[in-house]
Parts: sequence; C-alpha cells; structure tokens
Amino acid sequence: MSQATQEQTVDDDGVIDSVSGPVVTATDLDARMNDVVYVGEEGLMGEVIEIEGNVTTIQVYEETSDVAPGEPVENTGEPLTVDLGPGMLDTIYDGVQRPLDVLESQMGAFLDRGVDAPGIDLEKTWTFTPTVEEGDEVSAGDVVGTVDETVSIEHKVLVPPGYEGGTVESIEEGEFTVEEAVTTLSSGEEIKMRQEWPVREARPTVEKQTPTKPLVSGQRILDGLFPLAKGGTAAIPGPFGSGKTVTQQSLAKFADADIVVYVGCGERGNEMTEVIDDFPELPDPQSGNPLMARTCLIANTSNMPVAARESCVYTGITIAEYYRDMGYDVALMADSTSRWAEAMREISSRLEEMPGEEGYPAYLAARLSEFYERAGYFVNANGTEGSISVIGAVSPPGGDFSEPVTQNTLRIVKTFWALDSDLAERRHFPAINWDESYSLYRNQLDPWFENEIDADWSETRQWAIDTLDEEGELQEIVQLVGKDALPDDQRLTLEVARYLREAWLQQNAFHDVDRYCPPEKTFQILTAIKAFNDEAFEALEAGVPVDEITTIDAAPRLNRIATTPDDEAEAFVADLTDEIESQLQEQY
Amino acid sequence: MKEYQTITEISGPLVFVETDEPIGYDEIVDIETPSGEIRRGQVLEAASGYVAIQVFEGTDGIDQDSSVRFLGETMKMPVTEELLGRVLDGSGDPIDGGPDIVPEERHDIVGAAINPTAREYPEEFIQTGVSAIDGMNTLVRGQKLPIFSASGLPHNELALQIARQATVPEEASDEEGEESEFAVVFGAMGITAEEANEFMDDFERTGALERSVVFMNLADDPAVERTVTPRMVLTTAEYLAFEKDYHVLVILTDMTNYCEALREIGAAREEVPGRRGYPGYMYTDLAQIYERAGRIDGREGSVTQIPILTMPGDDETHPIPDLTGYITEGQIYVDRALNSQDVSPPINVLPSLSRLMDDGIGEGLTREDHADVSDQLYAAYAEGQDLRDLVNIVGREALSESDNRYLDFADRFETELIDQGSHTDREIDETLDIAWELLSMLPKTELNRIDEELIEEYYVGGAESEPVEAAAD
Repeated sequence: MSQATQEQTVDDDGVIDSVSGPVVTATDLDARMNDVVYVGEEGLMGEVIEIEGNVTTIQVYEETSDVAPGEPVENTGEPLTVDLGPGMLDTIYDGVQRPLDVLESQMGAFLDRGVDAPGIDLEKTWTFTPTVEEGDEVSAGDVVGTVDETVSIEHKVLVPPGYEGGTVESIEEGEFTVEEAVTTLSSGEEIKMRQEWPVREARPTVEKQTPTKPLVSGQRILDGLFPLAKGGTAAIPGPFGSGKTVTQQSLAKFADADIVVYVGCGERGNEMTEVIDDFPELPDPQSGNPLMARTCLIANTSNMPVAARESCVYTGITIAEYYRDMGYDVALMADSTSRWAEAMREISSRLEEMPGEEGYPAYLAARLSEFYERAGYFVNANGTEGSISVIGAVSPPGGDFSEPVTQNTLRIVKTFWALDSDLAERRHFPAINWDESYSLYRNQLDPWFENEIDADWSETRQWAIDTLDEEGELQEIVQLVGKDALPDDQRLTLEVARYLREAWLQQNAFHDVDRYCPPEKTFQILTAIKAFNDEAFEALEAGVPVDEITTIDAAPRLNRIATTPDDEAEAFVADLTDEIESQLQEQY
Repeated sequence: MKEYQTITEISGPLVFVETDEPIGYDEIVDIETPSGEIRRGQVLEAASGYVAIQVFEGTDGIDQDSSVRFLGETMKMPVTEELLGRVLDGSGDPIDGGPDIVPEERHDIVGAAINPTAREYPEEFIQTGVSAIDGMNTLVRGQKLPIFSASGLPHNELALQIARQATVPEEASDEEGEESEFAVVFGAMGITAEEANEFMDDFERTGALERSVVFMNLADDPAVERTVTPRMVLTTAEYLAFEKDYHVLVILTDMTNYCEALREIGAAREEVPGRRGYPGYMYTDLAQIYERAGRIDGREGSVTQIPILTMPGDDETHPIPDLTGYITEGQIYVDRALNSQDVSPPINVLPSLSRLMDDGIGEGLTREDHADVSDQLYAAYAEGQDLRDLVNIVGREALSESDNRYLDFADRFETELIDQGSHTDREIDETLDIAWELLSMLPKTELNRIDEELIEEYYVGGAESEPVEAAAD
C-alpha cells in the first residue's frame, strides 16, 4: 500500500460505532466511497464500502479481534491504490500489495496485523537509461527510459496517465531510487519510476483489438483443441480434485506470455509455497531464465482476511495493465474467482444487503464482467501493442456448473475448459472434458497455426474432434452390449480414439519432458495417430481382422511420443509411422 | 474488569447486553447466573451501546438479573508441554481428575495465518501402514487430509489405525530415541459418549495417551462450545509443533457437528444464510481451521491434520464436504459398498486424492516406481469398475479376455491391496510389491503409465511371452 497516502491525511477522523467481523461502522467520518481508511488504535487498513447519513461502513483488510467501538478511524482521502514501478516481478504480495517477504522479516512466520509495507522498495536504486533526449516531446503513456528489472524483463518508465506532458527539460542516465525524479518536463511535471493507480479503475488505452495470436500454453489439449488468444479470457471450472490448480500452474509456467501475474485468491497456503519454491528453480521455456524473473505472485490464502481476498484480483489486474502499457503480453491467472465471489457474498451479507441468487450479491455479474473486460489485446497510449489474457479458475459447489459464479463467468469468457471429476478419478490429466469445453477463438487463431506450425493444422484437428465425437456415441452402445458386439470398423475407431485420449490428450504435468509440449510436437503426435488410423483402415479394408490390426507391436509406442525429448520427437514419429505402416502391410 | 447487569435479550445461544463503555470484538465474557453458575461467552458483535454475546455453555438459567463480566481479552488457550497425557473438555478445562494446568504461555485461540513465504513445502512421507493411503493417496507431514465418511461407517477405526501406525520410515529405523517427538492432539466435537470411550480405550490400551492431548466435547455438551474446540486443539498443536518441536497429528471428529453449531449461531443471529442454511462465511471459517496445518521454515515440528466428517445422506455435494474439499489437500473416501463387502478399511480410492503425494514419493522418499504404479493402479481399477457395470448387463462370457482380466484385477485389488484389516501395519515396500503382483495380471503392453525400465525391473512373472500371446488372441 502506498506510503504517500498517509501524509495527505485530512482532519476528518471518525469514531468506530460497531464491529462485526471484517465489517466496521464509523460515525462522523468524512469520506468518499472506496476511500482507504485506517481503523482503530492499531491502524488496520480498510476501505469505505457504504455511506448512509452519518454512518460509514468499512471493510477491514485485517483481523478485527479486540477492536472496540470508540476507537478512532482515520481517513486517507485516497482510494485503494497500488504502487507501480520496477521491483514488482520476482515478488510475492498479499491482497493489498504488501510484500510477504518484508512482512515475514517484520513479524515472523505468522501474519500479524497493523503492519504496513510499501509495494515496491523505496530505498533500492535502479540504473535508469533514458530513451528520449532533452527537447523531445512526450505525453502521457510515453516511454522516457528503461530499467533492467530482471534478467528477462526490461522495465519501461512511462509518463503516468493523466499527465499533461511537454518537452523534456532534463533527463540523465544514472542510479535512482523509485522516489527520485528521473525526468522533468516543461509543464513542470516530474516523472519518477514509481507511480500509483487506483485498483478498481482500468488504466487508459487507445483501443481494443480482435486478438489473432494464440497464447501458446504447451498443453496439448489446450493448444490443440481449445486455444486461448493473447488478450483472450478463459474459465476453468471444476469440482475439487479435478486439477484446476495444476492446470493454472502449468499455464503460469509454460504459457508464452512476457509477464505472468498469478493471483492465489483464497486458496491453500501450501500451494502458494509450492509456487514460491518451484518458480525460481524452473526455467522459462522461451528465454531459459528463471520463471520468477517474469512472474509477480499475489497470495491471499483462504485463512488470510476476507476483505483482502476481495481486493486481490484488482491488485493483480492493475499490475498486469501496467506491464501491458509497456507493450508486453501479460497473462493473469486468478485461482479461484469463486473465492473472490464468496468474499463479495460474505461482505454483502454482513451489510445485510438483499441477496441475489444463492446469497450472492445482485451485483455479482456486473463485478465479474467489469473484471474480465479489463482483459484484451490493446493499442496503448504510446502506440505499442500489449495484451492481457485472463484465465480464471472457478470452483463450483458440488461441481455443479449451473451455479451463479460459473454461469455469470461463462456469459463473458470466450474459452471454457471444463474439468471433469470422472476423468480425474481415472487419472486422465489434464481432466479437461473435450465434449463440454469450447474455444470461440479457434477460427481467428487458425491462420496463425496454419502459418506457423502446419498448413493441415485445422483439418487434422477436425479429424480428431470427429473421431472423439464418434467414440462418445459408440461408448454409449458399448455400455449396453459390450465392445465385441460392434462391427470391426467401429471397434477400430474406438482403438484410434483411445490413442487420441491416452497419447495426445493426456499430459503428465510432473514429467520433465511431457509437462511442456511445443505446438509442433502437439501436431506431430496427432499426425502419428492419424497415420495409424489411415493405415489401419486400409488394412481393415484389405480384410485384416481388427484384432490383428490393433495388436501390432508398434501401436503402443504412440503412447511414448509425449515423453520423447522435443528435439528427438520428429525422428521418433517418422520412424514409428514407418514401422506401423510396414507392420500393418505385412498383414495383407 | 467491567461488570454489567443489563441483559436486554436472550435468544438461543445469544445474549444481548447494554454497555456504556467500548467492548472489543471477540472479547471473552463470564456470565454469572443468579444461582452462582459461571458461563463463558464471546463477543460476536460490538456496537456502542450494546454487544451481542455467544454463550458457549448454553443460555439456560441465565436471566436478566445475571451479571456479565467482560474480561478485556480475547479467548486464550493455556499451553504447556504438560498437556500431553491430559484429557480436557471442549473449552480446555481438565476433566481427567488430574492437577490444574500450569500454563507456560497463553495463546490466542484464533491463531494468525502462516505467511506463505515462511511455510516449508510438505514433502516428508508419513507411513500410515494402510496400503490405500500409503500406496495411492500418500500422506505427508504438514498436510491436511480429511476422511469423508458417513453415518455407520468405520471412520473412527481408520483414524485410530492411522494414529497408531503413523511413522516416518527413516526415523523409525535410524533414530529410535526420536519416537517421542510424535504427538497426537485429538479434538472430539459432538461425538457420542460411546464413540469417545472407543477412542479413549484405544489410546489407553496402546499407550498412546501419554503422547496425546484429548479435547472432548460430547454430543450432550453445549453445541456452541464446539465452535471453539477445534481452535483450542490447533492452538495446542501449533504450540507443540512450532515451539516444542513435536510432529503433531491432529484428529478432529466430527467436523459436521462443528458446522451444525456454526449454522445454529448464524440462525440465532438472523444472518442471511448461504447454501442449505449454512452461513455464507463458512468457507472462511473452515479455512481458518484447516489452514492451520503445515510446516514452517527453520522449525523442527509440523502440524498434520486428519479431520473426519460424516457426509449427510452420503452426499458429497453437501456444503460441508464440498467446502472442506476445496480447502484441504485431498480427501479419503470411506465407502458404504466396500464396507458391506467387509473390506477393511473400506477406502474407495477412485474419488480419494492426496494433492501433496507427488512431492512426497519417489526415489529417496519411498521408491522410484511409486508414482507410476499408483497411476497405473488407478487407471486399471477404474477400467475394472466400468466393466463391472457392463457385466451386469451382458454377463462375463460376452466380454473379451482382456476385459475379464481387468475384472479379475479389480476384484483382487479390493481383496488383496485394500482389505488388509484394521490391525495390519504394512511397510510401503510391501504395499508396492502387492501392487506389482496385481499389475502383473495385465500384459506389459497395457501398463502404459509405467516407465519401461521399471516394468522390466518389477514385473512379476518372467514368462514374458505369455501375456503378449494372450493379448494377441
């Protein structure tokens, strides 16, 4: 949270009237909606959420035990903001942008309350390299210089939105802290590396464009069947244990975004620890640098205060927008948006608001769509293009997709990855159901895949979809009469579909090779299965019994392509298709 | 100390008192009834002019002349190593007739969240000696792994078996003296006196009591007291783990009763209810309990939680198991059908899961083949289960030889791997060896989840040609 806001305290303090969990009411507080206030003797951070006559209702971002009526409430006069500047990557924050490692050094292993810490280090110096000269004209959004933030990312120092702009009067290279002016303008404005932005407001851009490039995820079922665009939105709903978090983490690790903002919203502490432990060790598949060098983590675990859970997704997306303004492709993972919605419900019920469906506030749909609309492929004020892709996990109660959070999310997002507990139970991972899932970006992304990967991309994919569909229908019959009652060609289709499921759709997130599958290899595996399919049907027509076709030695090796190192996969596939061909042709 | 005789309203477990000074939220109060009895309560809502108090021990006998004393602090648990071997009631007062507890420290029972950067990721394998858990849903130190059960199923036996057998293999063999480092903190919420006796008998018989702290809130104890019992339990566990270096196993039974108590308070306060009348903040409330498991960087001890809950109507979509599943790191399902087939413990592995398994197993931790074997067992057992449905319709003769093999596999899986009896303690190697014996019923080519080298090493039955031939039929 910003330090500067405390200095501007105006003399309009109030007095606590009542306390009930995270909701506190105060009287005589002169405040505007969404102002940040400090509550009680300990100065617990809170936000104004309702004003009625002389009574102001505040949601407090910390535990309120022992806070009593009569204690003071101090208004900052500022809305909830985040600090933006170099040093956000390779950092882990709580829901109101307090760095967790700083909190640990101040208060030990357990999170105490009433401790404030700036979102970015105010003391640290950075080497600033100007990209404009004295005399150049700059306006809001323009880049005036760069800082090497991490090994992967060059941080661009921007003229903050809302600045008038003008000619650069002084600018020089050197070591600066984030609070020192690096540039002064003829308008009298000073540009520092640190700026603030209110979290509930989208940062301005010039225009939103239709996304045409995929966010390559390295996950076969996603890239192959249900691709997400850079600047697109996706939802992953699923019951517990179906692999939402593993999928989200795989995306955070392997998606070809420049920057990843990972918001752990009301989830497990150990999961966040795993991310904190793993990411510095793992290499970014694009650059080879440690993953943390491009990652900003926001962790508000389920037992951390509920109001900070409500704000953590906003903190995350504001940070994402700041990097987008520099022209980067940013991917934001929110795990889980249901916890965010529940935090809204909890606050709403403490306010005794009239509930909508299942107790959620009536503004649930509006809040969700406001949030997802901050994603997109944008032209920035400085002329660069940048994108924010948002992937939201949804945790529907009882795995029932008809509940309000899933339904309201589906009305907004264009990619839907439905997780399925049946698949998870038989350890088919990722447990994404190929019948229910969809991607509305498929057609607009096909040209990219056809140009970059293979001209037959969409045609081969369609074959895979048709085969899986047919399998679905045949399985219903098999459930009634058994597999042996089917005619030979249908039994062969089942066998081919089995390879599609096991060798192509399944992917082991814990296998060193298989966890990341480049789209080229995704296509190679698919072509290998299709080659088997074509040869097998030819053999069948030539009169070879289906049992002999399906039991050729080479076929099970299709399952091994995925774990073959990427650079050997092409040769392996070529060799395997030859072998399948010769073994099948031997039969007739 | 502030004392008032200004009770304005008594409603269910709640008492409303007019006050003229500020009272802190969550503060503890003593209410003295005219007959001199003292009831303990906690401030649920603090407003200027009045407070709402939730009374733990029931409001019967309280009238408007009762005096209310505000103690000026939030609820604390007196903690000391001397608690080991003691039996306390649901509010933390001794009921075993032993001496008073002389606290070393007094800890706030709400407990602060562990900073995720200070956590140490749990990856130390705990051997429970139960194949269905060790082999397929491995428990690790610092994990929270609930048992999802239902009325009439032997979940308590399973919990006792785990408490009895749990060891960390290296320690057991290398440093015998370290065994005392292990402690059990047991929290009973609303269980019957009979169930409580079962637990106590087993604790006493096996000598486990001396390394245990037992909190007992029985079915006829005040329901509201149940809302503090798990917090007392976990405060004790955290103290033993993070200040006294114990490896603490926490067993909480039955979380369903805890949630019922939450609902009761919510209803008395006339709150807007969430699903099925449970309060909208139940997720947060449960998270504040379950998330108090874990390990902390640089500290020796750990808190591992095994909460037990009974699913009302065997319904896993009920809010209690549902919210629990979203917070805990997996779940163990106790299954009615397996129980009626006399499989013991009747664990249904298919819906069961341990999320922390992948990092706790493998070479150097358990055995190199563990992960692959477990995956393959899942896939094969699921296949066998599917075929059972089919057999009911078409009969076994109509199935192919390969399908029949899967059916046999599923049967033997249940009778040989799962059904080990509640007093058999299996080493992890033994579990995996049995698993290989079962997997070797299937031809090698079917074992597509297992690395080829591992198949070569562990596949039982050298007659390699036989399964391949069979597959070609």
